[in-house]
Amino acid sequence: MTKVRFTAALTRFFPGLKELNVEGSTVQEVLDQVSSEMPGIANYLLEEDGSLRKHVNIFVKDRLIKDRNTLSDKVHSQDEILIYQALSGG
Amino acid sequence: MKTALVGTAKGLIVYTTTANGLQPETIHFTGFAVNMVYIDERSGWWWVGVAHKHWGQKLHYSDDQGNSWQETEVPTFLGAELPNGNQARLRQIWCMQHGGYDQPNVLWLGTDPGGLFCSDDSGKTFSLVESLWNHASRKSQMQWFGAGSDYPFIHSIVVDPEDSQHVYVAVSCAGVFESVDGGKSWRPRNQGLVAAYLPNPHVEVGHDPHRLVMAKSNHRVLWQQNHCGVFYSANGGKHWQDVSATDGIPYYGFALVVDEKDAGRAWVIPVESDEQRVAPGLQLNVYETKNFGKSWHTQSEGLPQGSVFDIVLRQAFTKKNELMVFGTTNGNLYYSYQKSIRWKLASTHLTKINTINIV
Repeated sequence: MTKVRFTAALTRFFPGLKELNVEGSTVQEVLDQVSSEMPGIANYLLEEDGSLRKHVNIFVKDRLIKDRNTLSDKVHSQDEILIYQALSGG
Repeated sequence: MKTALVGTAKGLIVYTTTANGLQPETIHFTGFAVNMVYIDERSGWWWVGVAHKHWGQKLHYSDDQGNSWQETEVPTFLGAELPNGNQARLRQIWCMQHGGYDQPNVLWLGTDPGGLFCSDDSGKTFSLVESLWNHASRKSQMQWFGAGSDYPFIHSIVVDPEDSQHVYVAVSCAGVFESVDGGKSWRPRNQGLVAAYLPNPHVEVGHDPHRLVMAKSNHRVLWQQNHCGVFYSANGGKHWQDVSATDGIPYYGFALVVDEKDAGRAWVIPVESDEQRVAPGLQLNVYETKNFGKSWHTQSEGLPQGSVFDIVLRQAFTKKNELMVFGTTNGNLYYSYQKSIRWKLASTHLTKINTINIV
């Protein structure tokens, strides 16, 4: 199982959002599982073509993912995934 | 009592008219940019387009006057391509318009990049209007282009109250398009406009309307504040007449409202130029015409004069019968009553005001 943690900023839109444990061998597969447990969250994280929104970051074991377009970065069991908003001003 | 919904760069503020003037009542979506506010007069629903810096565009509605909000799916381009071959993505929700009383479930929605969407299920889902998206002027002739924004966008949708199949949209930059078959086909309606920034200023498509309004008292009369002047049409857009002032003000600007009872009476709030985008002479002035633009005079009592850096965006000036309201890019909100125009400050120290709608 992969542990997925979220920025607290997302709890404003998904009040019940908590750490999740899901299966998946890629970031995309993990997000598919996250979406099934938290309907609607994909629209907040991803563009309509499935790529990661510009100001959203996903870390796998503290490393920023490389493939923001198809989310193909590998995920292993016991990895921890962090979904954060990028720092920005304004 | 009237209610004004004020969409700002940091939230939606609901004002009501009281004996003491326009007063703020409630705040919604605090911290988020509200770029579109629409009130569907058929259902009474309030619609709000929110632009999150991190999480994208969102569309919300309230069926109980803001006591609660529901989020609905935003329109998607579903693989539609931009002229450069990239996939189109929703960048901003600009405007919404109901589809007429005889089509109670129909809503139109205009976006950046240049997408017109239609819903036939009261906004649960929206579909791209491909007849306009694939219009030859955009797809093959490449006559649509961005100005101010990277891509063209649809900021005004007008549905003829006498015929819901008769629809206009205004695209910045491309121009005005008319459909008489409910959006199945479109023709440009830009004759008489001037595109001073193009080698041929009289092109059929490539114009920059900033705001398009149909007169409520005469549905053949259309007005537009354009990048290159103020124009009106007496024949439904078949020909546009330049009614900019001879001394150059009004000429450039964004905001425009038309009197509900008198199609020849309109107000604009000029801006200096597309290069500077400040109020002319750094004075905030409202200009009025009562004769289809033959002459203009200021209606600025109560407004600050001198060293003013406020301008008014295209959807931030509105009126409903007697009540007139506008908000500025510096977060100042003014209102007046039409019978005796004297502007009063309802709020200052807001943030940029994007859009206002009066219930």
